[in-house]
Amino acid sequence: MNVYLDNNATTRVAPEVVEAMLPLLADLYGNPSSMHSFGGQVGTQVQRARDQLAALIGADPVEVVFTSGGSESDNMAIRGTLMSMDGRKRHIITTRVEHPAVRGVFQHLGKTGYRVTEIPVDSDGALDVDMLENAISSDTALVSVMWANNETGVIFPIERIARICKERGVVFHTDAVQAVGKLPIDLSRTPIDLLSLSGHKLHAPKGIGALFVRKGAKMVPLIIGGHQEGGRRAGTENAASIVGLGVAAELAASQIQTENREVRRLRDRLQQGILKSCKDAVLNGKHRLPNTLNVSFKYIEGESILLMLDEVGISASSGSACASGALEPSHVLRAMGVPFTAAHGSIRFSLSRYTTQAEIDYVLEKLPPIVDRLREISPFIDDESGKPVELTL
Amino acid sequence: MWDYNDKVKDHFRNPRNVGYIKDADGVGLVGSMACGDALKLMFKLDGEQRIEDVKFQTFGCASAIASSSALTELIKGKSLDEAARVSNKEIAEYLGGLPEQKMHCSVLGRDALLAAIDNYRKKSRGEQPEEVQVASDVVCACFGVTRQEIERTVRENKLSTVEEVTNYTKAGGGCGGCVPQIEELLTEINASPPPVREAQPKAAKKRLTTIQKIQLIQETIDREIRPQLQKDGGDIELVDLDGDMVVVSMRGTCSHCKVASFTLKFVVENKLREFVSDSLRVVEASSAEAGDEA
Ligand SMILES: Cc1ncc(COP(=O)(O)O)c(C=O)c1O
Repeated sequence: MNVYLDNNATTRVAPEVVEAMLPLLADLYGNPSSMHSFGGQVGTQVQRARDQLAALIGADPVEVVFTSGGSESDNMAIRGTLMSMDGRKRHIITTRVEHPAVRGVFQHLGKTGYRVTEIPVDSDGALDVDMLENAISSDTALVSVMWANNETGVIFPIERIARICKERGVVFHTDAVQAVGKLPIDLSRTPIDLLSLSGHKLHAPKGIGALFVRKGAKMVPLIIGGHQEGGRRAGTENAASIVGLGVAAELAASQIQTENREVRRLRDRLQQGILKSCKDAVLNGKHRLPNTLNVSFKYIEGESILLMLDEVGISASSGSACASGALEPSHVLRAMGVPFTAAHGSIRFSLSRYTTQAEIDYVLEKLPPIVDRLREISPFIDDESGKPVELTL
Repeated sequence: MWDYNDKVKDHFRNPRNVGYIKDADGVGLVGSMACGDALKLMFKLDGEQRIEDVKFQTFGCASAIASSSALTELIKGKSLDEAARVSNKEIAEYLGGLPEQKMHCSVLGRDALLAAIDNYRKKSRGEQPEEVQVASDVVCACFGVTRQEIERTVRENKLSTVEEVTNYTKAGGGCGGCVPQIEELLTEINASPPPVREAQPKAAKKRLTTIQKIQLIQETIDREIRPQLQKDGGDIELVDLDGDMVVVSMRGTCSHCKVASFTLKFVVENKLREFVSDSLRVVEASSAEAGDEA
């Protein structure tokens, strides 16, 4: 059996999406900007996709800028906004647990004259919003806070933060790559200035995404050239993928409620099963996306778990250092104060609308013996008692 | 996904000699939970002082488990002197090669073996055995890698670049602050023949009352540890002393180094052991209390 539980990394392209895209990869190859009707019909489809995506997030279609994905959207939002301010304000605020697409930009800005404040999270992964509010000063140019965390699924109170930023006159960006399609979002009621999303996290292809730019928000484009996307992002549109993203958005909008109920049920089943049948398993994060489960298996190492899962056809991911090729474990779990004993053994299971109960039960059958086996090998577990021992170092 | 060959996968899936020897003659333990890999190795000698039985337990990735397994196969039946000559290179070769970034796993095996042999020799000389050789000369603070470890690995594997040193020992792979020092070390090592190793005697320390101990710990922190940390933007505070357990709250030395708290603990512990008492253990107060802003 093959079980794909790594949907926060990327998702299966929905069959409806593939179907909608195929004509644009074959016969409908016109340029959406052309004056002739051959190109024009592609332009119409791109416009339709813009409407579909706008409807999913409660935006006006002119506020949607198609990009190459979440990373580009994040870069464009943060750097484009700061560029438009000509360096008048030099303070920017983010969190300790952002995706590298935001974190990396802030680190870069920190080296080029900006003062960066990173707001910490507590052991549940919750953000200290009061601290964020207090950190805002007259020199603050921008606040960027992710909507939902890709590793733990923890959801931040974005509506509240957006209101705080609006009151204080600070530009607010949110990386909603993991939230769009999984949480109801209505930008007509939430004063968010900029919102990033990515197609391949909601059953559209990789390499397509969008940035919501509220009317009136000032932003210097990163890619300059043609007039596409209202002059905010030059380059001939990735028409097929845009159309795919439109269909994916429509699917998500129509199914978000029912889907989430089912996804949550399966996730909870997996969670309860694991916590019950695996020793020293602890849950990471509270108040989460319905599809995400991040568990630490204390005293054993994540890459080993992943490899053994892989051998029985189960795909998941890990915050362990070894698994990522880095030498250090997940910055998200470390920011939550997850001890090293647990951070190295963290596994993320992320579900989607395509996950079935049979798949969850298969994982629940295969995982406990893997954990037991690795515990037998671990020096941190006493052979006779099966209990953790403290190694004197 | 790592590109492990079939032999590595086999030793990962079916590791040889996993387990525990109750009355082991030598026990070595290296690495730590913080580093993401730890290996406990133990052996029993036969009448002719050859390794009759050897067992290991490993916390780590697939290549760490496979390297441990390979090592035990390699040293079975050998005398301690022969076993001590098994290099990490041989471990990797036995496995048909490891991904370059995973070479440190084979070094871990080698270090555990040396620690176990050391443990046996100390015990047979009637000295208080230590399970681990306490690192004395830390070059890479992020991963607690000593000068001696780097030197040995560079010589055995004929390494010439910092990147190689990082792949083999992890040194330099955290904040990168020690990269210049590794460069210097490399030039130095590759220019000179291997030195004769000499033992470092530890000065005997007198018994202290708890009050004296706290004072001495505070002094050591103020004099030896805090100035160094503050220079890099970090800090340390003594919170409590409970027997030999020193509770401190700490802040990382460099913002990129996510394992800073672990390494700090390592460095702090070494300093306190050097200046106060060998038996001290350092633990970090719950990180929630030490709310710091990067
Ligand atoms: C929270 C978050 N932000 C940004 C990204 C980057 O998106 P993309 O892969 O489309 O560049 C991802 C996905 O990896 C993500 O999970």
